[in-house]
Amino acid sequence: MSQPNQLADKETPVYPAVNYLNADRGVWSWLTTVDHKRIAVMYLVSVLIAFLLGGIFAMAVRVELLTPDATVMGANTYNRMFTLHGVVMIFLFMIPAIPGVFGNFLLPLMLGAKDVAFPKLNLLSLYLYWTGATLALTGMIMGGTDTGWTFYAPYSTSTPTTLFPVLLGVFILGFSSILTGLNFIVTVHTLRAPGMGWMRMQLFVWAIYATSIIQVLATPVIGLTVLLVGIEKVGGFGLFDPTKGGDPVLFQHMFWFYSHPAVYIMVLPSMGVISDVIAAVARKNVFGYKMIAYSSLGIAFVGFFAWGHHMFVSGQSPFDNGAFAVISMFVGVFTAIKVFNWVATLYRGAIAVTAPTIYICGFLFFMVFGGMTGIAVATISLDVHWHDTYFVVAHFHFIMVGAVIMGFLAGLHYWFPKMFGRKYHEGWGMVAASLIVLGFNATFIPQFLLGNAGMPRRYYMYPERFQGLNVASTAGSSLLAFGFIIILVYLIYALLRGDLAGDNPWQSKGVEWMTTSPPDKHNFHETPVITEDPHTYQKPGEEVEHVVI
Amino acid sequence: MSSSDTHARHPYLAEHYETIEKQDHAVRLGMWLFLGTEVLLFAGLFLGYTVYRHFYHETFHEASRTLNLTLGTINTIVLITSSLSVALAYHAIKHGQRQKCLGLLTFTIICALGFLVIKGFEYQHKFAEGALPGQFYRFHEVTGPGANLFFTIYFLTTGLHAFHVIVGMSVLIWVMKGVWKGKYGPDYYVPVELGGLYWHLVDLVWIFLFPLLYLI
Repeated sequence: MSQPNQLADKETPVYPAVNYLNADRGVWSWLTTVDHKRIAVMYLVSVLIAFLLGGIFAMAVRVELLTPDATVMGANTYNRMFTLHGVVMIFLFMIPAIPGVFGNFLLPLMLGAKDVAFPKLNLLSLYLYWTGATLALTGMIMGGTDTGWTFYAPYSTSTPTTLFPVLLGVFILGFSSILTGLNFIVTVHTLRAPGMGWMRMQLFVWAIYATSIIQVLATPVIGLTVLLVGIEKVGGFGLFDPTKGGDPVLFQHMFWFYSHPAVYIMVLPSMGVISDVIAAVARKNVFGYKMIAYSSLGIAFVGFFAWGHHMFVSGQSPFDNGAFAVISMFVGVFTAIKVFNWVATLYRGAIAVTAPTIYICGFLFFMVFGGMTGIAVATISLDVHWHDTYFVVAHFHFIMVGAVIMGFLAGLHYWFPKMFGRKYHEGWGMVAASLIVLGFNATFIPQFLLGNAGMPRRYYMYPERFQGLNVASTAGSSLLAFGFIIILVYLIYALLRGDLAGDNPWQSKGVEWMTTSPPDKHNFHETPVITEDPHTYQKPGEEVEHVVI
Repeated sequence: MSSSDTHARHPYLAEHYETIEKQDHAVRLGMWLFLGTEVLLFAGLFLGYTVYRHFYHETFHEASRTLNLTLGTINTIVLITSSLSVALAYHAIKHGQRQKCLGLLTFTIICALGFLVIKGFEYQHKFAEGALPGQFYRFHEVTGPGANLFFTIYFLTTGLHAFHVIVGMSVLIWVMKGVWKGKYGPDYYVPVELGGLYWHLVDLVWIFLFPLLYLI
């Protein structure tokens, strides 16, 4: 644990002369590839661009909220900015991020397979993502969409701004998500290496599997819903329009039937990353493997019946409200099972202090804090007070930014050597990680206080008494942005000049580390045969082995 | 691995599968999952139907009577027959009867076309009457609240279904091309099976739409 950047491998690390990155050359070979690893790298570049854009829009929102009056923009521009921020971050970044990048790259490797079940369909998913992203982005920027990412009817069907291209974009992005999920489910069912039973799959695979089920089952409904809003907007068919006998609350039901499970599309993969990485940095077997695996499925299942908690104040019957509240709290039970098992995995481990470790600690804090406030907002009486205030915004960002981004960054650092064969600078990695965890807290803890004091969401002006906390939040967000810029710089440097990583710099027990870094075009030179349970860092009775990573 | 294989690989076996059985299993599973997503796509519209039927019970009942039951029934028979013929086509190719399979697939596609033509006549009639969705509604026979919504749902569900009929036809034409070229036979017929499965789904959706829109 002394020098974090020191390599544990005794042999000099080798960079394989021929690997998936250089096996074929030229832009065309990338655009027509069916190699899951190359598709993952293209997803990585795409989602990082989306993240950058979404981040810029977020900063615009935060800068505007520095003063109680108009700071740099008026009401309309502000509405467009938070819409851009929401749509880009949710549909272009968070939903595809971990499944698209790490799911694609690692799922076949972790299963010991040569590729996903349907490689061409996988490429089609990426193209659909690009098409949907282009449509949604140009639509929002040219048309000035101001509905927020939720597209609530009847405002969305009556706003003078352009909406149809955005809705079509989201519809197409949905298909990309469905096809990815379908591909992953079939891959897990049919392409496991010899010896790999279901109980020998790594926990990241379990998480991706549970995510894929939600993607396949929930996404068609949002696809249809946004299409109906589009038809309503263009054709005036009256389905969600009360003046023509339609019911806008029906829209909310259909929207949240997808969009609540969609929260788990975003957070489950992140939980999977943490489960895998936590064992590697603690040098311990995962505590409660089956519990973590099954609780992923539990969250996926319960998540489908919790959507009504978004609608406590939209005129549901008290019985519905109560039922949705109780079901929502079950999500907390499954999440708590995971958190206890993660903490037990860390307990008496030989924890290596690295950038992923800091992200894991951040993740655990944000997950617990965000989860607890989730239970709080699922309580009807409290939700009536907090509904549509910054409290909900803060809760949502604790899970979505806190948990999901921490998982994404932990995974990015942990698997970076596997993907590109080079190491990032651990010192800078830890500096950036600390900045991000700190900046994140500084951004969103004030928002809890603001919401509790009654500041509503989605307004560009606010009473003067809220200014202090808003300035604190904006200051925190610049810290956050600064942390991300540091990461970008050292990762690009690592890509070009970084030290060679060797096959398994973390001395991980994951199947994905059994091949070279970066892997061969066909993943493994010989199909691996699985003889051990996953995450087996020590045999029964063995002491925890201290390893310098 | 594949280069060291001594056995000849199946011509349609992709590189990342070991055996054709495994590949067949994978594509079947993929197709069933895809059919699941299709059902969920329609589920949203069925939900809309249920909600508005509940809101405007009387009007929906009244509006339902104005649909052409004869044409609807004929279309149902046409689709069920086509489902039978596609199942027989699958059976035929499984037993190596290529000509019979081609004939049955042609018959299925003719049925699909027939369905669309009849549906077209129904649509034309509704257009002429002004029984149109939402803001375009000016049908005089049914004027209760929610009458426009019945026709919104009528056109959205049957329209989405008609779109699936067209997609299903294209899939079957693509399958036919493969049968024509002799790609499929007793040892490899999964694409015919999957095309048939998709066609059954198109049929099944109609089996639910017909009573909901025309009968009750």
